[in-house]
Parts: sequence; structure tokens; C-alpha cells
Amino acid sequence: MLTAEDKKLIQQIWGKLGGAEEDIGAETLWRMFHAYPPTKTYFPHFDLSQGSDQIRNHGKKVVAALGTAIKNMDNLSQALSELSNLHAYNLRVDPPRFSLQFLAQCLQVVLATRLGKEYSPEVHSAVDKFMSAVASVLAEKYR
Amino acid sequence: MVHWTAEEKQLITGLWAKVNVEECGAEALARLLIVYPWTQRFFDNFGNLSSPTAIIGNPKVRAHGKKVLTSFGEAIKNLDNLKGTYSKLSELHCDKLHVDPENFRLLGDILVIVLAAHFTKDFTPACQATWQKLVGLVAHALARKYH
Repeated sequence: MLTAEDKKLIQQIWGKLGGAEEDIGAETLWRMFHAYPPTKTYFPHFDLSQGSDQIRNHGKKVVAALGTAIKNMDNLSQALSELSNLHAYNLRVDPPRFSLQFLAQCLQVVLATRLGKEYSPEVHSAVDKFMSAVASVLAEKYR
Repeated sequence: MVHWTAEEKQLITGLWAKVNVEECGAEALARLLIVYPWTQRFFDNFGNLSSPTAIIGNPKVRAHGKKVLTSFGEAIKNLDNLKGTYSKLSELHCDKLHVDPENFRLLGDILVIVLAAHFTKDFTPACQATWQKLVGLVAHALARKYH
């Protein structure tokens, strides 16, 4: 469960990204495709080469959604309701507990490479819990 | 039979040469116990694990972290025979320690994040991909002798 402290840490960290959200989104996706090739199966229609506009735009979308989630941590279910429907009925990504896990891992790595020591165990824990909560909400309507 | 390209081997050994095994091991294990508190179940006799500060400063955590990562170093010297390298440890984790192999995956992912925080820009996507492959294979080798 996300504690008040967790929420504070997440907001702080997100605040530190200073406009790099787009880059972070693109890099996260790129790392995910690289480290977990099966995730590419959901993007046969994309140009998956490095620096592709499609990866960039999609990364932007993902990070924007996470930004929305962060502004609504007290009500993730409602805030992500549309996305939850999308993932369950249209995208049908293999239950988020598997795929979001890869996305979450890569996001954490990107944050860690940018924040170094600042990516403390407490921050790491808060982000991990947050991504877990997001994955849960996205999986709510699967069946 | 695992296949490693020359580039992958270089990404592993090159990075490993710069790793402080004691620090890194302590950090990885501490984070496992902090981020996934249920893993503390295996360390009842470690003393004070009541807060992130206590865990990070706990000498038993540091010592055990070093042990775990030293063993990782052995794997890196034997990339072509992870199965053999971890055979006995696999039996130990199953028969004596009773550790759910899922925990190996958790620790592996944490190790990758620790490396990322330490090496920052140098922990490139290619580097991460190679290390994710390595920790996955180590976890697999450790789970192999479970019955």
C-alpha cells in the first residue's frame, strides 16, 4: 500500500525530472524492447529502430499517463479507468503483471541512471510500489 | 546451451571489473529487504531489520550481500557453465534454505537497478539488456535443482 511518505517521494522524484519526461519515456521503451524482445510483439506496426518517432511519441504517451497517475494517487482506479479498458479489451497485452513488470523495471533503470545516488532504497521502494499499483489497476478489467 | 556473443561477454566482464563487490552486494541485498519486505522471512537471525536505515547499516546484511555477490562473480568467470557453477547452491537453496526461486528474479532485477544507479550513463541499454539476460540465467540456474 502506498504510504503518505511513498507518495511524497514519488512526487518529489517526478518533480526532479525537469522536462525530461519525453526522453525518459522513449528511453524506457527502447530499453524494454532491447532487454525483453518479446515485448516487441505488441508493436508490429511500429518502426522500432533507435530514435524512431513512433517510439518517441509512444513513450510520451506512457509518461503522460504516469504523470496523470501521480497526480491522482489517491484514486488510481478512476484516473486510469480509460486506460484500464483499453489494455483489457483492445490491447490485451499479456496480463500487466508480466509486461508492466518489464516496463517498470526499465523505467526504474532509466530513473536510476539519471538520479544515481538520489535513487535511494526508499525512492526505489516507493516507485516499485507505485508501478505495482498502476499495473494492478490496468489489469482490473481483464476478466 | 547458452550463447554469449563477444560483445555481451565484454559488457559483463568490463563492467564487473569496476564493481566493488562488497558495496554492491550489501546494497543489493539491503534493497531486496527494503523494497520487498517479505524477503526478510529468510533472515530472522540477522537482528535489526526494522527500518531502511537499520537494514542498510546491519553488518550481517552487508556480510551476506558480499557473499551473494562474490558467488555472482564466480558465475561471471564461468559464463558458459552456469548450470554447473550453481548446481550445489541450487540444491542448498531448495533443500536447506527453502527459498522460493521467485526471489532470485527479484534480487537479479534489484542488482540491475543498483548497477544503473552506480554507473549512470555508462549503463547503456545494451549493457542493461546483457545484464538482464545474465541475472535471468543465474536465477534459472539456481532454480534448476529444485524438486
